[in-house]
Amino acid sequence: MINTETTLRFSPMYRLQWEEAQQKFVILYPEGMVELNQSSAEILKLCDGSRALPAIVAELEQKFATSGLTNDVTNFLNVALQNGWIQHD
Amino acid sequence: MAGSNTINITSPRWLLAELSYKCPLQCPYCSNPLDYAKYPNELSTDDWKRVLSQARKMGAVQLGFSGGEPLTRQDLPELVGYARELGYYSNLITSGYGLTEEKIIELKQAGLDHIQVSIQASSQELNDHLAGTTTYQHKQEVARLVKKHGYPMVLCVVIHRQNIHQMSEILAMAESLGADYLELANTQYYGWAHINRDALLPTREQFAEAEKIAQAFKEKVAGKMKIYYVVPDYYEDRPKACMNGWATTFLTIAPDGTALPCHSARELPGLDCPNVNDFSIEQIWNESKAFNFFRGTDWMQEPCRSCDEKHKDFGGCRCQAFLFNGDAASTDPVCSKSPERHRIDAAINSARELALSADEKPLVFRNSKNSKQF
Repeated sequence: MINTETTLRFSPMYRLQWEEAQQKFVILYPEGMVELNQSSAEILKLCDGSRALPAIVAELEQKFATSGLTNDVTNFLNVALQNGWIQHD
Repeated sequence: MAGSNTINITSPRWLLAELSYKCPLQCPYCSNPLDYAKYPNELSTDDWKRVLSQARKMGAVQLGFSGGEPLTRQDLPELVGYARELGYYSNLITSGYGLTEEKIIELKQAGLDHIQVSIQASSQELNDHLAGTTTYQHKQEVARLVKKHGYPMVLCVVIHRQNIHQMSEILAMAESLGADYLELANTQYYGWAHINRDALLPTREQFAEAEKIAQAFKEKVAGKMKIYYVVPDYYEDRPKACMNGWATTFLTIAPDGTALPCHSARELPGLDCPNVNDFSIEQIWNESKAFNFFRGTDWMQEPCRSCDEKHKDFGGCRCQAFLFNGDAASTDPVCSKSPERHRIDAAINSARELALSADEKPLVFRNSKNSKQF
């Protein structure tokens, strides 16, 4: 489960990359690929080892001039953690 | 070129670069063509770079360096570096033979993303027998080094009747080596595996038992190790969605530059597979006869043509249809709706009889001497 204290980082076992041909971000791993929608990609890009969950939410709410994203972001990050795409530092 | 004008052509996502047919191993289930010795030519470094660039431009992103043994190419680090610059995710599919720690570091620095090491069995004796070389200890060492240098470690074990009884030990080995992914690839019967089928195809009972063990293990290691289980299609009643559909996703380039819609397609007559020395990847993918041959559904015969599952399995595998029925456009005989399903059942029974008898059939090992007979 995601905690709110420690910073999150994209796993070195995966690669997050923009694909020009597909016009979307994808996650690449051995023999596989996950295509991401825009909001998922925006969340994962912020998992760079410098922010914990509250800072990621704050950054997204500021960027998209909105509020109340905590639940959605937490849910998605839990999925990402379960899949091994991200890890806590 | 049935229906080529009406079909929406998707772009390739997967490029399998078979760098060389040379291989120090002699696995009797090798997926290379039986007559590979007829094709000793290899593309140059510059040819491969051109292929990588052109395919990447079309949208290919997953790249497999395969063979034969790709490490026999001295320019591998250069090609890996080039692929990284282009933005490929590079997979090295290797026997581990000749892979030193120095090379593992060099490839990592060049930008290689992961290494898939194949191990033939969980015991030295059987591994070395199947590989036709003394490689077991070295493979174990390579697996540890791959892990040590921060690659995701994928262990690949091809499963067949000679090793299926070791399933529990194979799983324990994967766990102790710290594999991040384990590919349990039930043998697909093409090429060398096809001529050795009577000696390789497990019985239905053996499959069921092995699958049960693998399934329990999968639950035990969930979250730690991912397991890819390649199904044994002879024991299914619907065919596999081979290649995700002909020329929709996968592009294989053979060592001599022949472009193939699947790595076995060289066995199919009349395709005239184009060569990257004569055409660009874009021309090959979009315009060639070979890549348009089984695109879409217009080429299908009954029972596929009127089947409501044709968009799910694309009629199965063209190579299997050819091997069993002599007609690559027929329904994959694995399908229970195929009038030729009895041919698969006969193959199962033939292997079963040999399995239950005291007789042994010698394996035909994959090497140049044997290849020259085909």
